[in-house]
Amino acid sequence: MDTSSHDVLLVGGGGAGLRAAIAVAETNPNLRVAVISKVYPMRSHTVAAEGGASGVIKADDSLDEHCYDTISGGDWLCDQDAVEAFVREAPEELLRLEHWGCPWSRESNGHIAVRAFGGMKKKRTWFAADKTGFHILHTLFQTTLKYNEIQRYDEWFVTKLLIDDGRVQGVVAIELMSGRIQAITAKSVIVCTGGCGRVFPYTTNAAIKTGDGMALVFRAGGPLKDMEFVQYHPTGLPFTGILITEAARAEGGYLINKDGYRYLQDYNLGRPEPRPVLRSMELGPRDRLSQAFVKELERGRTTKGPYGPVVHLDLRHLGERLINQKLPFVRELCLKYEGLDPVTDLIPVRPVIHYMMGGISTDIDGATPLPGLFAAGECACVSINGANRLGSNSLPEILVFGARAGKAAAEFAEAAPDAISPAVIAQANDERRRLEQDFLHESGGTERVATIREAMQKAVEEGAGIYRTESSLRDAAQELSELQERARNISLDDHSRTFNTELLSALELTCMLDVATCIVHSALHRTESRGAHQRTDYPKRDDRNFLAHSVITRTSSGNIRIDYAPVTITRWPPGERVYGQQQPETIKQVASA
Amino acid sequence: MNIPMIEMQVARYSPERDAQPYLQRFEVPVKPEWVILDALNYIKDKLDGTLTFRWSCRMGICGSCGYMVNNEPKLGCATFLSQYLPGPIKIEPLSNFPVVRDLVVEISEFLEKLKRVKPWLIHENGNGAGEYLQTPSQLEEFRQHSMCINCLLCYAACPISGLDPVFIGPAALALAQRYNKDSRDQGAEERMAILSHPEGIWGCTFVGECTKVCPKHVDPAGAIQQYKLAAAMEGIKQFLMPWGQRQEER
Repeated sequence: MDTSSHDVLLVGGGGAGLRAAIAVAETNPNLRVAVISKVYPMRSHTVAAEGGASGVIKADDSLDEHCYDTISGGDWLCDQDAVEAFVREAPEELLRLEHWGCPWSRESNGHIAVRAFGGMKKKRTWFAADKTGFHILHTLFQTTLKYNEIQRYDEWFVTKLLIDDGRVQGVVAIELMSGRIQAITAKSVIVCTGGCGRVFPYTTNAAIKTGDGMALVFRAGGPLKDMEFVQYHPTGLPFTGILITEAARAEGGYLINKDGYRYLQDYNLGRPEPRPVLRSMELGPRDRLSQAFVKELERGRTTKGPYGPVVHLDLRHLGERLINQKLPFVRELCLKYEGLDPVTDLIPVRPVIHYMMGGISTDIDGATPLPGLFAAGECACVSINGANRLGSNSLPEILVFGARAGKAAAEFAEAAPDAISPAVIAQANDERRRLEQDFLHESGGTERVATIREAMQKAVEEGAGIYRTESSLRDAAQELSELQERARNISLDDHSRTFNTELLSALELTCMLDVATCIVHSALHRTESRGAHQRTDYPKRDDRNFLAHSVITRTSSGNIRIDYAPVTITRWPPGERVYGQQQPETIKQVASA
Repeated sequence: MNIPMIEMQVARYSPERDAQPYLQRFEVPVKPEWVILDALNYIKDKLDGTLTFRWSCRMGICGSCGYMVNNEPKLGCATFLSQYLPGPIKIEPLSNFPVVRDLVVEISEFLEKLKRVKPWLIHENGNGAGEYLQTPSQLEEFRQHSMCINCLLCYAACPISGLDPVFIGPAALALAQRYNKDSRDQGAEERMAILSHPEGIWGCTFVGECTKVCPKHVDPAGAIQQYKLAAAMEGIKQFLMPWGQRQEER
């Protein structure tokens, strides 16, 4: 079997992976680092992030306030040591991107401009108009081109982690262009494969976001943490699920129901004011806004659309000039994909799946419990996001923890032995035979990829949507277990070795089924409501039993096991989440401490 | 409600099977909100799992889904089916690139060209502390050229890229100009040394097709013209000044 070898291997070439690759190169230029990505890196989904990246930079702001907003936004499930490190390092990382050329929007005096964002008590979100993720990804990708030591495997898909002698030693991957299956060995591996929004039917996420890295680690016996916490973004376009950024509300947009009423005032989110108020109304956290939508639907106050109920986002009062300057992509998306102009028309929106708070369990340096294996970005769970991520925290997260994981993986590789165990090559050969047998030969199967994928998406949305119950989750778990069986019987039309995208879809589907199963089982076991996990049969937060991370693993016998790990509390004891105009008590105490 | 159908003629080519590309016909429903990409996914999911094409974000920002639609380069996700009624619609791989399979083209050559123009910020202080200040009007100088999503529609439209594969081409040149015009960058001279070679900018005959097809209004043609002007000035300076003096200036 063909084998190539590196010191540090990145799986995934989005923002976290590219930032990690640069960190490896800067930690030790002699390390052979490589990035494997199933798409060309500049196609990665970081590209679609719109609104901005949070980082304390202005004189009226403080690290403690960013910590408090993040922790209360996460309903106290964040690890506070991780949040403190994150908040401290975010401004440095954003500044580093500025030095690499990121075209941040500016104030008239040339300093970085910041905007308001949901759940944030101060304006601290850096932005590049409303294409922040696009500019961050392209800046990172173009900057990696300057490092000759960063090698790339573009359009390769990783199917298995190679583990022997108690440490991760590389991966098996398939090159799409040629169909070649080979082992790529390394002394340390960092998984940066992003989220898994495609497990659900309506999502802001790109087609590539199929939870591959989470599934790889889960199959290797590694732990996934807090998988029940999935974020609905309150403002996606119906049908496509395309994101209309929170920045649209930060700039002053209103959410209105079918009567033109700013309904959020009925859900303990403050009083409507003409101008946006921080941590209030439309600038509340995403979990609460998405939940309010369901309540409006139950009250019959949403509007019927061809793809289900919607409410409306009203930007008309902002005027054409501000929309063009601050929200040009929102206008472009509405014009091109909905045939409407936000300058004169209301935008129909609904909650759509946006972000995975849970993921591969890591420590504060991106290390997983499997020696040699690291993870960063949306696929990982450190956790700084807890039960609900605040908007604009994910872009600095990929930078801070991408850099930390890169540095830690480089140091691990420096100390690791050179030799690759023969057992690893034997594993790789087995994996190649499995792939060829299951997919590339005529199998006699009868199931189509698309049929199972649609059934999975329906089951997960019905069972583990914005509101969940024991029976809805049990039904979903049952359906998923049947779909897992049916997926063994998939028949491909395509047996070609050249750019076989049907094979890729089948492999992605098996990843999604594993991730979906973890989401549903983790949700079933958490019998409380917290942040984005709302159980109508257990409507209260239960700190006595569940101020804890769920940790789901697959045992060697193939069963699922769920444990709970403590949450790290440093300075912010669990309190009530207060939004609206009143100042929460805790923040005053912390500020005066 | 009666959903109209449209005939899609999709280019098929498999190097393992076919000597030549050919068009295959499919009947696809035209829902009002469907774009070309929805039609291709309909074919792949329901009719023929072997149809091969790239796509990802379906919101015009990842740059994966450029195809020739009735001989024009378009983003599959940003082109509505209904505008082609009653049909047929012909979908082919982007022109001027080698075809890997069906609608997938080989773009590694472009990645090489991208690297050659040094598309990163060159600043003598490297990672020094503090913000590099930049006013909104300085940002505006290069903002337009920083919007390129690498979808390569401009290469498919460019007659020179078709004739001369070594021509660096519109997107990469616009990117070079994006950094040259960035007030924080000090690398224009370094880039000029690469680009003023014949295969750099001089190949462009200013047909302007690149700017016409660009879905993000990057205006590569404008960038190339500015570049030529700068290079011509540089050429005149070289002619007028003795070599040693020019070295000292740097």
